[in-house]
Parts: sequence; C-alpha cells; structure tokens
Amino acid sequence: MLGLDKKDSTLMLVVIGLVIFAPFLLNPFPEGSAMAQFNAGYPDLMQRFVIFGILAIGFNILFGLTGYLSFGHAAFLGVGSYAAIWSLKLFTLNVIPAILFAIIVGGFFAWVIGKISLKRSGIYFSILTLAFAQMSFAMAYSVLTPLTGGETGLQIKNTDNPLIGGPTDGSIGRANLFGAEMGNSFELNLGNWVFTFNLGYYIAALAMIAAFYLSIRIFRSPFGIMLRAVKSNQNRMNYTGLTPKVYTLYAFVISGMYAGLAGGLMVAMDTQVGPERMFWTASGEIVIMTILGGAGTLIGPVLGAGSIKYMENILSKINKDVLHQWFAFLPDGLEDAMVVFADIFVGKQWHFTLGIVFMLVVIFLPGGLVEGAQRLSARFGRKKKTDTTDTAASTPAE
Amino acid sequence: MAILSVKGVNKRFGGLQALGDVNLDVVENTCHAIIGPNGAGKSTLLNVLVGKLIPDSGSVVFDGQSVLGRQPHEINQMGISRVFQTPEIFADLTVMENMLIPCFAKRDGAFRMHAIESVRHEKDMIEKAESMLSEVNMLDKREMTASAMSRGDKRRLEMAMCLVQDPRLLLLDEPTAGMARADTENTIELLKTIRKERGLTMAIIEHDMNVVFSLADRITVLAQGMPLVEDTPDNIKGHPKVREAYLGEAQV
Repeated sequence: MLGLDKKDSTLMLVVIGLVIFAPFLLNPFPEGSAMAQFNAGYPDLMQRFVIFGILAIGFNILFGLTGYLSFGHAAFLGVGSYAAIWSLKLFTLNVIPAILFAIIVGGFFAWVIGKISLKRSGIYFSILTLAFAQMSFAMAYSVLTPLTGGETGLQIKNTDNPLIGGPTDGSIGRANLFGAEMGNSFELNLGNWVFTFNLGYYIAALAMIAAFYLSIRIFRSPFGIMLRAVKSNQNRMNYTGLTPKVYTLYAFVISGMYAGLAGGLMVAMDTQVGPERMFWTASGEIVIMTILGGAGTLIGPVLGAGSIKYMENILSKINKDVLHQWFAFLPDGLEDAMVVFADIFVGKQWHFTLGIVFMLVVIFLPGGLVEGAQRLSARFGRKKKTDTTDTAASTPAE
Repeated sequence: MAILSVKGVNKRFGGLQALGDVNLDVVENTCHAIIGPNGAGKSTLLNVLVGKLIPDSGSVVFDGQSVLGRQPHEINQMGISRVFQTPEIFADLTVMENMLIPCFAKRDGAFRMHAIESVRHEKDMIEKAESMLSEVNMLDKREMTASAMSRGDKRRLEMAMCLVQDPRLLLLDEPTAGMARADTENTIELLKTIRKERGLTMAIIEHDMNVVFSLADRITVLAQGMPLVEDTPDNIKGHPKVREAYLGEAQV
C-alpha cells in the first residue's frame, strides 16, 4: 500500500484506525459514572495527543535515527506558533496558510540553529541547542516583544484586520478551514455515552497521519539508512565518500519542520501563543516522550506523547475529594491514611508518577514502551516474524 | 604508470620528524607494501594519503590530481578506499545495509536527499551488494547485525564494503593485525583472488612478513620517517640495510 511493505501497511492502518475512532476509544466510560474522569475523549485533549504525537515523530527522526540529542526542539515549536498566529492576524483566518507558514519558518529556524550546533557532537551539541532555545525564549519574552507579545503572548484580537476575509462586524475572528471553524463539534449521544467529533481534532489527526506516513517512508529509505549510519560510525561514512554532517543537518531541518507543523496546529486550535512554549522544560518533555515510547521505533514516540499527555491531563485532575470517594469503603482511619498516601502520586504531584514510570522504563525497558509490548507479545506465544525491515523498528537508542 | 605519486613529503609533530622527504610511486595493477619498524611513520604516511593529515611540504598526486587539502570523503570519491587496522564498519546495521551504504555513496555522491524512495526498490544496488557478498562468501550472513560477527568476518565485510565501490586504489592498514592464523591465510587468499579478478591496485602497510612477501610486487622500507630502500620483495629479503634496520630479528 502506497509504497509500504505489508508490515508497515498494517501498522499504518492500525494508526489510522486508532486516530479516526479515538473519540469512541478514549471515552469507554459512561457519563456520570465514577470512572468517567478517566475518559480522554474530549476535543482539547485529543488535539494535544495528535499534536504532541507529530512533535515526537519529528524529534525521533533526528534523535532516534542519528542519535543527535537536541535539547532545544521547543524553539521550533515556538517559532512555528508565532509564524502561524501572525498569518492568522495579518493574512487570513484560514488555517492552511498558517500551518504551511509555520512549517517553513520552523524549518528555516532549524537550518540556522542546526548549521551552528552541528559544529559539535554529543553533549556539546545538546548544550548548544539548549542554549539557542533558551535564547529564543528569553528574546521572545523581552526584546522581541513587538513581534511576540512578550510575557502575555499573542492572541487574535477584534482589532486585527487580515488581508483576506476577516470578520466585518468587529467581533474576534476565529480560525477556520474555508469557513468551518476549528471549534465546530458534533456530539453523538448513545445511551449514557457522549462522543464528541471535533473538526479541529480531525484536521490535526490528518496532519499526524501524513506525518507518520512520511516518517515510515524516511525510515525505509536510503536516506534513513544513512541517518542510522551517522549514529553507528561517522568515521566509516567519511571514508566511504559520504558527508555525515550534511545528512544530520537535513534530519535536523526535517524534525524542525515537524515541530513547526505541531506549533502551527496548536495555534490553529486555540489561536494563542506565549513564550513559555519555548521554555527548556518543554524541550525536555519532547525528549522524555520519545524515550518513554521508544526512540528509534516508528510508533514509540506517538505512544510516549500519548501517555504523557494522558497522565498530565487525567492524573492531575484527581484530587483529595476524588480519593476520599474511592477509599470510602475503608474504615475511617485507614481511609485517611490511604488518601494521604495516594495523594503523593496524583493531582499536582503527577510529575512524581511520571518520574517513577520514566525511571522504570529506562532501567527495565531501554527500548521504551514498544519494547514492553514486544516482550509481552513474545511471552504470550505469538510467533514473531524475523523480518529484515524489523531492525529499524526494534533497535533501541543508546 | 604510477597512479599515486608521493614526492618529498615532510611532516613534523613538534620536535619529531614523522616523515622526512618521502618519495613513493604506486604503479597501476600492482601491490605496493610499506614496511618498517614501529614508529617508522607508516601510519602517518597513510593518514596523509587519505586526507586526515596535511603534510608540511611535498606533494601527493593521485591520477593527475593533488589530494592535499581535500577531505577524506572527497578523496574516497576520487577512487581511494581504505581498510582500517581495526575494522571500521556500521556495527549497529545489518551486513546488507553495511554493503548498501557504499553502493549508494558510489552512485549518488557525498550527499543525496533520497528520503522517499524505498530501499526495497533499489534492485540494482541490492544485486550489486549481493554479488560482492557472495564474492567474499558472506551472502548467508546478509541479515546479521554486523557487531555480532567474528573479527575475521568484520574484516571481510569491511573489505567488501571498500571493493564494492570499485576503488582505483585500495589502502590497507595492517589488514591481518590481531587475526588468527587461519583468518590471516583466508585474507591473503581473498586479496590474491580479488587482485587476479579485478586487477586492483593496492598499497599495504603490514607487520606480518608472510603477508607482505606473498602479496607485494614492490616494497618500500621506512625507518624513522625516511624511505630506506625501495625494491622487489626478493631483493628486499637479501638487502643488508633492511636486515640491519628492521628484519634483523625476524626469520626471513
């Protein structure tokens, strides 16, 4: 299918299926039930799943294949967002130009930073990218205020007057796709279940499917082999007549474009951006997502992004009241003790849980969640085919 | 005709004269060995030839073009391939992928953005890689991860990776160092066969006299950075100066 071999086609179809039916799959519990708070099928969170999925897929092309650890990828996310919001403010409220503009600006920014950072490798490369991202953050926060809105960031205002098709009645414009607004949703009521189908989500989902498809093609291409050669032995590459640095730079630019795309989509969904999007913790989150899911694997980064966003949004909502409800069946003293103990892991402390999960994965599953899934399927007797193309998918990053 | 010609090359590292006025001509379709005791400057000379070091003075001309100041990848694209003392291969990749990389490099040059094409569809390149692998008897190992192979197999893979590019000059840096006796014999046989079939030009640095005398057509002896003598293997064996400088303790 579409130039993919059988195994990749299956993976592609599974991803497409999951993404299309996500509003059902993520809402397994009926409204009003005690478990309803574990439902993740609302537009805002689903959008975040796919957008951060794109970000992690792009990061993986750089880190998973070449082994170059960029610690400044949030910078490309940020400049992509700023580019997109300016397109919405000045050019048109249609999201397509905004997203394209975000990709181009993200890629260009990555080319400049990559060109300089790739003078070094290893930890020095990581530090350089981190420094550039923090510089971008600091500049967006202060001296570039006319361009970035400084601390408050940028939103669409009713004073904005885009070249093409702005609102004429003085209302605040909304991002749209040829007139259909991103916030448009269709709600399906089935018994106690409510499923929401949101236009913005499906646009972001379409972008993620395209991003995922392109990433499979890159993994299976001669270019993909060259990127893995960069990670394996740059000396041999040089003496084979190849330029590892140029290959790495292109991988860097591609992953910068992915980040730009993610930034553009974020703006298309909520039409606002602030400098905190470029803060170093945001860069760190991308690294953690990719490693948690499985760096160097095709599907890992998407899984990693999904699990982190799920924990961030669902675990953090569980507070002491909810815990009291859960443990109400216990005797009073024990109930209080359990609530105090469980509270360490949820609510605002969800980072603690993330930290534990991350540590466990890195120590016991160096190949990430994907390796975990592979071990499980091996244990339950499903014969694993030893396919030649499997090596790229199962080689964990160092 | 000399395909590689080194003239008056000098290289100093601080107070140490690593190479002093080295002259060397490698004639097409011959095997030229460079021997000498430890510290004689053999590796320095090799690094000059592949662009890793730039000499203080002198010239290195390959096929009418100077190689000085060129990057290693440019020199490879001119037609010089190098086999390292410890095999330099892509250890995390499969044998087949190891072979495809030099094939792509030969066809597409130093860089090409072939990110959408599928490797599966590169039939010509796969065929070329396979025929080279069968030439070195490694076709059955094509899906093995390179790091899982024995030292001897890694060496053979590295040679196959160099040869699949049809180099005009193959540089070998102690290709049998650290090898078991049987592997050494195999390597000599392999090199002999390849020379016969392909008419390959080789320059070899080697400690093992057995290897040198079974392969070389010409031998240059280096001592303390200076070329001591250059002659045929038979004449080198009996040469008093060589015996004194280098072969004294070896049983020749």
